Amino acid sequence: MKLEGRIWKFGADIDTDAIIPARYLNQSDPKELAKHAMEDERPEFIKEVKKGDILLAEKNFGCGSSREHAPLALKAAGISCIIAKSFARIFFRNSFNLGLPLLESPEASEAIKDGDRVRVDLSTGELFDLTQRKKFSATPIPPFMQELLQDGGLIPHLRKKGLKKKR
Amino acid sequence: MKKLQSMTITEKILAAHTDKKVVVPGELIDVRIDLALANDITVPLAIQAFREIGVEKVFNRNRVVLVPDHFTPAKDIPSAEQCKILREFAKAQRLTHYFEVGQCGIEHVLLPEKGLVLPGEVVIGADSHTCTYGGLGAFSTGVGSTDLGAAMATGRLWLKVPESIKLIYDGKLNPWVSGKDLILATIGDIGVDGALYQAMEFCGEAIRELPMSGRFTMANMAIEAGGKNGIIEPDEITLKFIKPRVKRPYKIYRSDQDAHYANVREYDVSKLHPQVALPHIPSNVKDVRECGKIEIDQVVIGSCTNGHLDDLRVAGRILKGKKIAPSLRLIIIPATQEIYRQALKEGLFEIFLSAGAAISTPTCGPCLGGYMGVLAAGERALATTNRNFRGRMGHVESEVYLSGPAVAAASAIKGRICHPEEVVKKGS
Repeated sequence: MKLEGRIWKFGADIDTDAIIPARYLNQSDPKELAKHAMEDERPEFIKEVKKGDILLAEKNFGCGSSREHAPLALKAAGISCIIAKSFARIFFRNSFNLGLPLLESPEASEAIKDGDRVRVDLSTGELFDLTQRKKFSATPIPPFMQELLQDGGLIPHLRKKGLKKKR
Repeated sequence: MKKLQSMTITEKILAAHTDKKVVVPGELIDVRIDLALANDITVPLAIQAFREIGVEKVFNRNRVVLVPDHFTPAKDIPSAEQCKILREFAKAQRLTHYFEVGQCGIEHVLLPEKGLVLPGEVVIGADSHTCTYGGLGAFSTGVGSTDLGAAMATGRLWLKVPESIKLIYDGKLNPWVSGKDLILATIGDIGVDGALYQAMEFCGEAIRELPMSGRFTMANMAIEAGGKNGIIEPDEITLKFIKPRVKRPYKIYRSDQDAHYANVREYDVSKLHPQVALPHIPSNVKDVRECGKIEIDQVVIGSCTNGHLDDLRVAGRILKGKKIAPSLRLIIIPATQEIYRQALKEGLFEIFLSAGAAISTPTCGPCLGGYMGVLAAGERALATTNRNFRGRMGHVESEVYLSGPAVAAASAIKGRICHPEEVVKKGS
């Protein structure tokens, strides 16, 4: 699976309160959540982000709360993939469960610049920065997580498995 | 008989919940869960996920626990709607353990109090601080709503076996130093991703001396170091705590002497003084004596981290016969109804009210900037909570400092962050 989009670059230890502040957690509508994604961190993000854009961050992206509203808000805002040096573990699970791919690449996290256009090959973990004409590699997504992505997340994956069992 | 491979307590508990005899770090396993927990914030999405799977009933109506504690008593109409979704689901599924306002409390203090979590169990919760139950020797970890929805349907969860790190605390604790200070110092040492994806095993003589409240506080904040779980081997103190509460069999696991750890760190706690985490990250930790003059507008004593009865007692010892600074608001939130009742009985409310504190019904409320003490731009709070991210307790230009209850209570009197000894004479 290949993706291409504009990079939105963020720093280290971006927490879930920065991704979606708790004041918006009195409801869980993805479109409503998306309107406030990253608003305290970078207010212009939500006004300018386009469907298919890619988020890039430094270490420990998504640390803090278990709120699935965080990856949900980013996905609903149009983000197609997140690349970071590392991810916090609950955010990592939640994203794959929702069918939002994450890639770990310390070199890309450093070298790729805000606004660059990047092409991503999810099956190999290869990244190509079209602006800088440079290649990078990310840790390949483990087979189980690939399967989750192909099925569209954990729930469709379980439904598929469940149907198989019944046969 | 051939000896099985050595394992840590975390690995043993996980292996016991699979069909395997041994599990190794990095391995993906399908785990049977003993308890699945969710709250008013995370349950609407979990119920949606549960319904999409297409099953009728939860895997076991005695093992799914719903606690509306974050924005309750409902702070606004959307919150009330979320609580309604939870309440109706609990009723339709005939859940044994649904806690309505009035019987409720902050989930991670309530569940151990009710005997719903026992040593050796596997507990998952759609709340990051689910790792708290490691304090009594259970494996517990936070997950998102989709995972929780799937777990409610299947009673199972896929997990990657974490590597374990061993954190040893030796020496005798100084006065006013608690579990909160130990865990803050640890996070200050290893950083907010210092235990990323790992199990944090707390041990050593200082841990053996800690009351259950302090053990829960330490395991509670494992997530603030990126940990998957925090865990403490059960001992006499654990058994004494669970004895009046236990309603089902449980098993105690201990790490093998030669178990493998990815990292071992030792701390001499006799050199440790009360700690404070400065904005805007829990690893920005300083000795309270090195904080300088930091004036504060609000103090919050409560939360799943430090809303235990012991925490209120510490605050009571410091606040007794004193008044808080006139420029400051002190909000005290007992974590459960039972703690509320006991604090009232012990005369703690009289001390708090005379000091000028506001006492709230149990709620997570201000910890995550929900309500009951949200901060305005430029305001500064000292809280016994767990996170001090930018905007966590309100306006994005407000500040949150974290400490244990002793520093919080003393600072409320002084109006600035201070060592409890500035307020209470040594030896008293």
